[in-house]
Amino acid sequence: MKRPFKTRVKTLTIDGMAVGAREDETILELAQANGIFIPTLCHLEGVHDIGACRLCLVEIKGTSKLLPACMTYAEEGMEVITDSERLLTYRRQVLDLLFSERNHVCAVCVSNGHCELQWLAEKLGISHVGVPYLYPQLAVDASHSFYVLDHNRCILCTRCVRVCDEIEGAHTWDVMGRGVECRVISDLNQPWGTADSCTRCGKCVQVCPTGALFSKGKAVAEMTKKREFLPYLQLMREGRK
Amino acid sequence: MPLRNEKVEPPSDDKRWRIVQATMQRNGFERDGLIETLHTVQESFGYLDDDSLRYVAASLNAPLSQVYGVSTFYHLFSLKPAGRHACVVCLGTACYIKGMPALLKEIEKRYGIKAGETTADGHLSLLTARCLGACGLAPVAVFDGNIAGKLDMAEALNRLQEMTTVATEVESVREA
Repeated sequence: MKRPFKTRVKTLTIDGMAVGAREDETILELAQANGIFIPTLCHLEGVHDIGACRLCLVEIKGTSKLLPACMTYAEEGMEVITDSERLLTYRRQVLDLLFSERNHVCAVCVSNGHCELQWLAEKLGISHVGVPYLYPQLAVDASHSFYVLDHNRCILCTRCVRVCDEIEGAHTWDVMGRGVECRVISDLNQPWGTADSCTRCGKCVQVCPTGALFSKGKAVAEMTKKREFLPYLQLMREGRK
Repeated sequence: MPLRNEKVEPPSDDKRWRIVQATMQRNGFERDGLIETLHTVQESFGYLDDDSLRYVAASLNAPLSQVYGVSTFYHLFSLKPAGRHACVVCLGTACYIKGMPALLKEIEKRYGIKAGETTADGHLSLLTARCLGACGLAPVAVFDGNIAGKLDMAEALNRLQEMTTVATEVESVREA
């Protein structure tokens, strides 16, 4: 991945633990390397971060703002707090809003039990959603011969968009509209099966954190995702340079 | 897939494509000229249809989905031709409190369209604005560029009726 800096070493503390970091390392990478858990949804090892899901927000001493760990680079003398009552409140709110915006009905979802959204909600102790549901009427696109797109489960993390653009290079997916009207679309907002740019590689399906993209013919809780290909592709490409 | 993007043929021999081509030329057929190119198409044709989006995408070597995403993100771009007449209702705080939602609902019901849509006969486009900055006149709407303040239901429907009937008359004269 392209990095904006040359490598130099920085020392900082995360949750009181003194750690050394490369200048080109983000707080998130650093935390993960040191075994500190920061919840994420849009982050995906192998493609660029965009800081969209706001779940990895951390507190940094000296600024009142919360900063996304995946987009913040390590700096000398930084004091990072990754876990506090305030952060937990915000993270729960983010999940609340994600759940209420579309129709996430775990009990009938193909990804039940293998869903990152569900797993995180459980992990952060969400027992109920505090805001009213929107219940939007959304379509399911089953026009593709192998896969299905279900907008009801989409959280707009854009992992599919980035993996299709950066790894596969097809850029079949993108996001249309703005705000609550945002939808993931293929080509000119046409049925996925008719999108000529799609190579049917299925990378988007495997990286989708929820049941928004899944293989055809899967029933409730049957969809498991295989992500091994991404680090593998990354490794093989680096080896070729 | 065309590789030399300058060679992409426009979808028709309409002369307006030359203006679009000139804009792309000015930006060296680079993908970062996308918004400017879409601007030119919008200005020249009044809206962006699938053909023009495909043409721009192919010419700039930009992914179709990205072109579509950009043209739906910005409110200035429209994917459908505008109606002959436009009614813009203000949904700012003052107008909202003064009863614009009910008025809008009534207009929507009367013409069978939702805000942002155009009637099937192409006579009327119903649009909304965040705030027109004339809050003292709330509720405010703009009928074909003429602002009307302190609207009530009867007057709004009257103005709309006037606008659309004039259109029909002109048309029947033209047809005759």
